[in-house]
Amino acid sequence: MSTQAAIDIDREKGNFSYDTTYDYDAGIGLNEGVVNYIADVKGEDDWVRDFRLKALEVFNSKPLPTNWATKDLENIDFDKFRYYLSKGQEPSRTWEDVPDDVKETFERLGIPEQERAFLAGVEAQFDSEAAYSRMKDELAKEGVIFVGSTEGLKEHPEIFKKFFGKVIPTGDNKFSALNSCVFSGGSFIYVPPGVKVQQPLQAYFRINAENFGQFERTLIIADEGAEVTYMEGCTAPKFETTTLHSAVVELVALKGAKIQYITVQNWSANVFNLVTKRGLAEEDAEIKWIDCNIGSRLTMKYPGVILKGRKARGEVVSIALAGEGQHQDTGAKMIHAADETTSNIISKSISVGEGRSTYRGQVHIPKHLQGCRNNTECDALLINANSRTDTYPAITVRGDDNSVQHEASVSKVSAEQIFYLMQRGLNEGEAMSLAVNGFVNDLVKQFPMEYSVELKRLIDLEMEGSVG
Amino acid sequence: MNALEVNQLSVSIDGKRILNEFSLSLPKGEVHAIMGPNGTGKSTLAKALAGHESYMVESGTATMDGKNILDLEVDEISREGLFLAFQYPIEIPGVTIANFIRAALNARQPEGEDIDAVAYYKELYAQMERLGIDKKFTSRSVNEGFSGGEKKRCEILQMAMLKPAYCILDETDSGLDIDALKIVADGVNHMRSEDRGILVITHYQRLLNYIVPDRVHILWDGRIVKSGDKSLALEVEERGYDWIKERLTAGVES
Ligand SMILES: Nc1ncnc2c1ncn2[C@@H]1O[C@H](COP(=O)(O)OP(=O)(O)OP(=O)(O)O)[C@@H](O)[C@H]1O
Ligand SMILES: [Mg+2]
Repeated sequence: MSTQAAIDIDREKGNFSYDTTYDYDAGIGLNEGVVNYIADVKGEDDWVRDFRLKALEVFNSKPLPTNWATKDLENIDFDKFRYYLSKGQEPSRTWEDVPDDVKETFERLGIPEQERAFLAGVEAQFDSEAAYSRMKDELAKEGVIFVGSTEGLKEHPEIFKKFFGKVIPTGDNKFSALNSCVFSGGSFIYVPPGVKVQQPLQAYFRINAENFGQFERTLIIADEGAEVTYMEGCTAPKFETTTLHSAVVELVALKGAKIQYITVQNWSANVFNLVTKRGLAEEDAEIKWIDCNIGSRLTMKYPGVILKGRKARGEVVSIALAGEGQHQDTGAKMIHAADETTSNIISKSISVGEGRSTYRGQVHIPKHLQGCRNNTECDALLINANSRTDTYPAITVRGDDNSVQHEASVSKVSAEQIFYLMQRGLNEGEAMSLAVNGFVNDLVKQFPMEYSVELKRLIDLEMEGSVG
Repeated sequence: MNALEVNQLSVSIDGKRILNEFSLSLPKGEVHAIMGPNGTGKSTLAKALAGHESYMVESGTATMDGKNILDLEVDEISREGLFLAFQYPIEIPGVTIANFIRAALNARQPEGEDIDAVAYYKELYAQMERLGIDKKFTSRSVNEGFSGGEKKRCEILQMAMLKPAYCILDETDSGLDIDALKIVADGVNHMRSEDRGILVITHYQRLLNYIVPDRVHILWDGRIVKSGDKSLALEVEERGYDWIKERLTAGVES
């Protein structure tokens, strides 16, 4: 049964929610009972249940990282969240079978059209579970697997277990531990050797419920010589109370494989977005993270690549926009662990008004390696006197044969630039948008068309809102 | 009515008065030139009329076709038809010329409507050719890394695309070599029309050989102290500004 009462639309596309009913609800707060409930409804094997219960212990034992990160983390009340909400664990294969309110949510966000237009597969997650999951038949014939993590664990345990938690161990940080105990949803992808998936696979993460935590777990494996592009979009409506999103994403690129992972998030201003993302690149493999962070109250996210095999390549391209009252704490990690590995980090942040951007970069090249290179560029753009940006690069490079290049800049949109743009007839918001879009232009060019259009639209909305 | 009318306009910056009861009438169909020593307020006039917030209007009026522009925002004044070719054009990193001009044109369209892209590029390329601007410039960032002369040409390109009712050209000739000067002058002459008033601010009589003005005004200490036809520019070139100053202090009105 579902009701469609309180539908509330704001000027933003994603700001609406349906007053829906859930068949599965783990209740409020986090304890062993909740963890067992999740394992029960998913019908999980004992090893998964044990993994979860151990993670709960790790989570409880780890302090919040307020020694280096913001004190705002202390405002997260873990006892107040709901950790699992779903209408069932089996996603539909056709949009017709998706429950009406969920279907309408995704229709309003434009997901079915996108699938028809340019995607090879789509997964749409509503709160804790995938409501819809489908991939083109040709890909299935080639042996490509693209399912939700719940289904992946059940149907493909042999592949799942081999890589699960290997790139990001439970104890990596407090939030990876949290995810490890209550994870649900997210994607599981396996691309067989030599298969190059031409069109992107996309997942869409939608938070609908208030006081809710979304903890998807994504695992992508590109076997030798395989190639895949995965894109994720995320939205949530504006609630009065805080919402928590804490994902773990692990990528594994075996010899000669290529994975490109693109995120465009547009969280509303009440969301704590604390995400751990890391990839493992074997010999001659390439992992590229393209990460656009718009919205949220606090985002902490530092996509990384462990360059494990010779000639592996890692890249992080990130754009962060911190609007009024928001804090984007983002960056990148490059761990060089083999000779001739190369990494590239390009980060651009925009801070508006009281908005705050922080860049944290970590590049590690140990002494015994040879022929490794890193290039890091981070540029910040400030709009309004109050906005703030901090850069914390941590580069440890040892050994004579390795090189790093680091460039950082901070610039402002000047009153004279705005005057010039407005003298040509643009209003203040349009002038700001144009200047900001110009600042990120060289990065946006690397995105698939559909996403660069979406990103431009989000920037326009954010900038027009910022000038009142 | 069909004119840019400035009446007794006084403008100050940081409490310092720059324009002092300045008056000027620029009817549509005419080209006027303003000359005057450095620091007398020529650029101040241009920016104050364009609505720059640093320039405090203390008294006086300014109207365009009868409409008061002093209360309007910068972008509103622009859309009402005033174009300012900047003395020092501003760099906008990452924003291409093509996107910039297109955004400016779209800002003049009714809400939700955009100009036709094909027709737009056709005209853009035609105007660029007339101004001797290489096609490659469409994908370059506005004014970024442009030479002085390239910046000035690009201002005229914007003017040609936006087709404003009133144009103020602030030292568009400065920094141009002789060939570029001819091309730019040709571009401006091409825009002379019964529907348009053009105000050319310059230090050099030379420009006025190519853009022949209907009137020439001498600005001194924030007001026009002498007006005449194009021969006044020649006189200034020959004798400098001192003779005007001398006549002023001697109490001789122009
Ligand atoms: N933003 C500003 N802040 C402070 N003083 C200013 C500002 N703009 C102009 N002025 C001052 O106002 C006076 C007039 O300047 P303006 O730029 O209008 O002169 P101009 O006639 O255009 O000179 P030029 O021929 O050198 O271009 C100068 O003394 C200048 O220093
Ligand atoms: Mg000047």
